[in-house]
Amino acid sequence: MEALGLLLHGFAVLLTWKTLVLMMVGLVLGIFVGVLPGLGGPNGVAILLPLTFTMDPTSAIVMLSCIYWGALFGGAITSILFNIPGEAWSVATTFDGYPMAQQGRAAEALTAAFTSSFIGSLVAVLLITFLAPMISSFALKFGPPEFFAVYLLTFCSFVGLGREAKHKTVISMSLGLLLAGIGMDTVSGNLRMTFGSPELLRGINFLVAVIGLFGISEILLTMEERLALRGHAASISLRVVLGVWKDLPKYWVTLLRSSFIGCWLGITPGGAIAASFMGYNLAKRFAKEPESFGKGRIEGVFAPETAAHASGTSALLPMLALGIPGSGTAAILLGGLMVWGLNPGPLLFVEHKDFVWGLIASMYLGNVVGLVLVLTTVPIFASILRVPFAAVAPMIVVSCAIGAYAIQNAMFDIWLMLGFGVVGYVFKKIGIPLAPFTLALVLGNRAEDAFRLSMIGSGGTLKVFWSNGLVGSITTLAILLLFWPAIDSLLGRVGFTHGTRATSA
Amino acid sequence: MSQTDIEIVVDDPTAPEDDSPSIVASGTIEIVVCLLLLALAITLGYDNWRTGASWDATGPEPGYFPFYLSVILGAGSLYGLISAFLARRSSRETFVTHAQARRVMAVFVPTLLFCVVTQFLGLYVASFLLIAGFMRLVGKIALWKSLLTAFVFTAIMFVTFDIAFDVIMPKGPLEAALGR
Repeated sequence: MEALGLLLHGFAVLLTWKTLVLMMVGLVLGIFVGVLPGLGGPNGVAILLPLTFTMDPTSAIVMLSCIYWGALFGGAITSILFNIPGEAWSVATTFDGYPMAQQGRAAEALTAAFTSSFIGSLVAVLLITFLAPMISSFALKFGPPEFFAVYLLTFCSFVGLGREAKHKTVISMSLGLLLAGIGMDTVSGNLRMTFGSPELLRGINFLVAVIGLFGISEILLTMEERLALRGHAASISLRVVLGVWKDLPKYWVTLLRSSFIGCWLGITPGGAIAASFMGYNLAKRFAKEPESFGKGRIEGVFAPETAAHASGTSALLPMLALGIPGSGTAAILLGGLMVWGLNPGPLLFVEHKDFVWGLIASMYLGNVVGLVLVLTTVPIFASILRVPFAAVAPMIVVSCAIGAYAIQNAMFDIWLMLGFGVVGYVFKKIGIPLAPFTLALVLGNRAEDAFRLSMIGSGGTLKVFWSNGLVGSITTLAILLLFWPAIDSLLGRVGFTHGTRATSA
Repeated sequence: MSQTDIEIVVDDPTAPEDDSPSIVASGTIEIVVCLLLLALAITLGYDNWRTGASWDATGPEPGYFPFYLSVILGAGSLYGLISAFLARRSSRETFVTHAQARRVMAVFVPTLLFCVVTQFLGLYVASFLLIAGFMRLVGKIALWKSLLTAFVFTAIMFVTFDIAFDVIMPKGPLEAALGR
């Protein structure tokens, strides 16, 4: 029950006017970027990250996580009212959400979406509260070989389980790991891959790359599309909210099922999209009349939203407990933590108790405040879309540049950001995934250090990765996951057919 | 229910036409990207090999880890190159159409100019010019609105970062003349 006491302490830390105001600001900014076309979770967090450089770590991470919640809520608004999913994981919400809006039940659909997001996140936060301390205290026993095995597991699961072409994931990941190695080598102090350039001496900053890859490239991509839109305006009355909430108990199975799917897929990398579709499909499969889905059924909103938020939130669990982010946005938050000299991982729970529990408490509070905020302010946010993109786009460019420069006070970083913007644009268009790149760039140096320290410890034999039961099973699992597609098809040929394949696709 | 009386309609008069001709196929870009990545892999691989990519008494040399990553990157891009080359005949997916390219350039070129101006005149002047110019020239928004928006936004940024939080941005002659 130590966790509970610490959590209460966390709430005490947070319940100041300053933090509450920061939360509101974060949520509003988050909803703003979530509603704007083309922006969303990772982009919003990347662009707004620099705003937090001036704060103390607790306030900063509270604001950042609120930006993240806000962006998740904002995505639901555009999906339902405009049939434009702000994020890939909001696609499933449009299936039933938009038909509901067309039938004049927009307020109901929005309430359902916000409420189920809240429930999904709440389940995931509860999971984090009780599981994260356990995992991290277990991980305290880890030495370099175990850590390298866990990193390997993360990388391999991206390659093996990702839906992009395998070689593209490999390219993206090895490029990220390589770029992470530029600059001074942390073990020997030698310079690597700098080609005599003083600018490269500092290395490529993770956040500069992220701002370019997600912020600038997203502006370029958004401009490519037709920005005209047409949708419904909605305001939510208390009567509608209470009406939806009164019916909630009827859908407890759907909500619970989606929460579990979300939590499970969130902890493994890249899960939110799969989670939302799987939540939707399973709700449809178990419904009494599956054909009524897609025509404005409220369960069709509950199921994907709960799963997407549960997964988006539980992606923070491996980040906090092991220092391994479960999603692109979690990777960016991890980069943010490192700016303040906080090293996510098991030691964080020991060395920065206040901070960790403040963050977890802020997840609870941010969700509650967010729910109230979105329910009351939807009409205002929907009209943000009236602001012309020609005014928003240059402002985002300026914010990105300020962010990129502020990290190390280097003009070179603004150019680097522009370069990464172009890279991001091209990569997205030819289907090279950016999430593995982001993950590799942020974890690269730690993975290499862990590898080299294990090698030094073992005298250079790779057998160290199978030296005890724990590290051996993690390494073996990693290699199994790497070759999972091949193993899967082999099993299929032997006769194990997979029923879940169609639903998770 | 009466919540949906109002509709939100936003038009996009300069939207790219759907039937605009393709400039370049995705397959071609994929080949170019793979070639560039291959070149990068070779350059970095060579540099790491020179730094030392083998083992010495204390364990792996500094270039060891990145050298093998360069090999993986090279192999990946070589595979990508071959598969893109083989798929080139069967699929002619468009990378970008004429109209799309025009719109993308309409953002990219101003952003590039913004970076150049930031280098010489400072970020705040560049920010004002970018927002006002973009709104007026690309968005066709009334001049006074563009100038006002640009001024207000830049001023807020200046007050937030330079005055309130002491985050120093690149500055130029204008700020110097104003004594900041």
